[in-house]
Amino acid sequence: MPHFHPDDEDLLDYAAGRFDEAFAVLIASHLTLCPTCRAAAAAFEAMGGAVLDATAPEVLSPGSLDRLMARLDEPEPIDLATPPATGEFRHLPAPLRAFVAAAPPWKRVMRGLEEAEIGPRRGSIRARMMRIAPGGAMPRHTHGGREMLIVLDGGYTDEVGDYGVGDVAAADAELVHKPIADPTEGCLCFAVTDAPLKLTGPLGRVLNLFIRY
Amino acid sequence: MVIEARQLALWLGRVAGTRDRAAFAQLFGHFAPRLKGYLVRLGCDAGTAEELVQDVMLTVWRRADSFDPTQAGAATWIYTIARNRRIDRLRRERHPVVDPTDPLLVPDPGENAEQGIETAEREHSLLGAIGRLPKEQAELVQMAFFEDRPHSRIAEATRLPLGTVKSRIRLALARLKRELGQEEST
Repeated sequence: MPHFHPDDEDLLDYAAGRFDEAFAVLIASHLTLCPTCRAAAAAFEAMGGAVLDATAPEVLSPGSLDRLMARLDEPEPIDLATPPATGEFRHLPAPLRAFVAAAPPWKRVMRGLEEAEIGPRRGSIRARMMRIAPGGAMPRHTHGGREMLIVLDGGYTDEVGDYGVGDVAAADAELVHKPIADPTEGCLCFAVTDAPLKLTGPLGRVLNLFIRY
Repeated sequence: MVIEARQLALWLGRVAGTRDRAAFAQLFGHFAPRLKGYLVRLGCDAGTAEELVQDVMLTVWRRADSFDPTQAGAATWIYTIARNRRIDRLRRERHPVVDPTDPLLVPDPGENAEQGIETAEREHSLLGAIGRLPKEQAELVQMAFFEDRPHSRIAEATRLPLGTVKSRIRLALARLKRELGQEEST
């Protein structure tokens, strides 16, 4: 089971429906892999239920119930099917499979690192899958804004700890780190950022010119 | 009139089991005006709120068979539908949820039938638990469900520093989790 979790406020934001979709997909993926946080998120949703039940009722326009009763036999719209957990999708929890929808368009960013941008950008929010080769080291970097990441296969080690499947790492402008992927399995992860990532160190400064984060 | 959580779950069970329209009308009578109140407080105009209420209650009718009283109370289940439909509709995004049939799902090692019964009771006692919080924490928890950008907005409204708002919400959450018996699993 995962060792690194989103904090309670993240789970509350998820339960209250406040996260942008990409962040919420990341949280729902963690919840799939972490029964502890799933129970905590359920408790926060129960708070939402209690708040709803205690909300002051607003009068509905006349005939609302009749209008609805007349619609009960309408045919149901068909839900989009979530891709099965096979092939490239075998390590992706259902919320992420639904979000990714089609095979990720991998692009080589540098030796040992491939990335695939997922979905359209929304404002400054960007979601991507990252694949780091076994033993691959990322250039030391810091984060311009907020970043959240979940490990889906393999793992990595940085100054903070060892991250494995289901672990969530949150980073902000204070974290400068140099992740190194698992020497045998490498690392597959899903990352969401809401501001550009900045590489530090001499190589990083040059790479910043070429990599559009 | 106060309707007990157990009664609401019973009506929902009848809608699922026998497509009972009278039970559905009872649920509508209880939840539809509250849903409208909730949506209006979140900033919907009255017309959009009413359309969303229809949409949510229609989803309740269609999905009633996926309601599991051992997992959540009726108000919680309907709350999650309202949250999801609102996001679908207003932001044109999906609210991703855990799929209980996902082959990747890691099951809870401690899950058993007894816990399920507690879950049904839990919703009923939750309002009480929120009521037992210190007043300023209880208000923040309620506001947390009614604001799109709660922390900064709450800080503005209460004229408290942002850091204070955050730490009070954190305290309230920790305490509610404790009251709900989550502490041993964190």
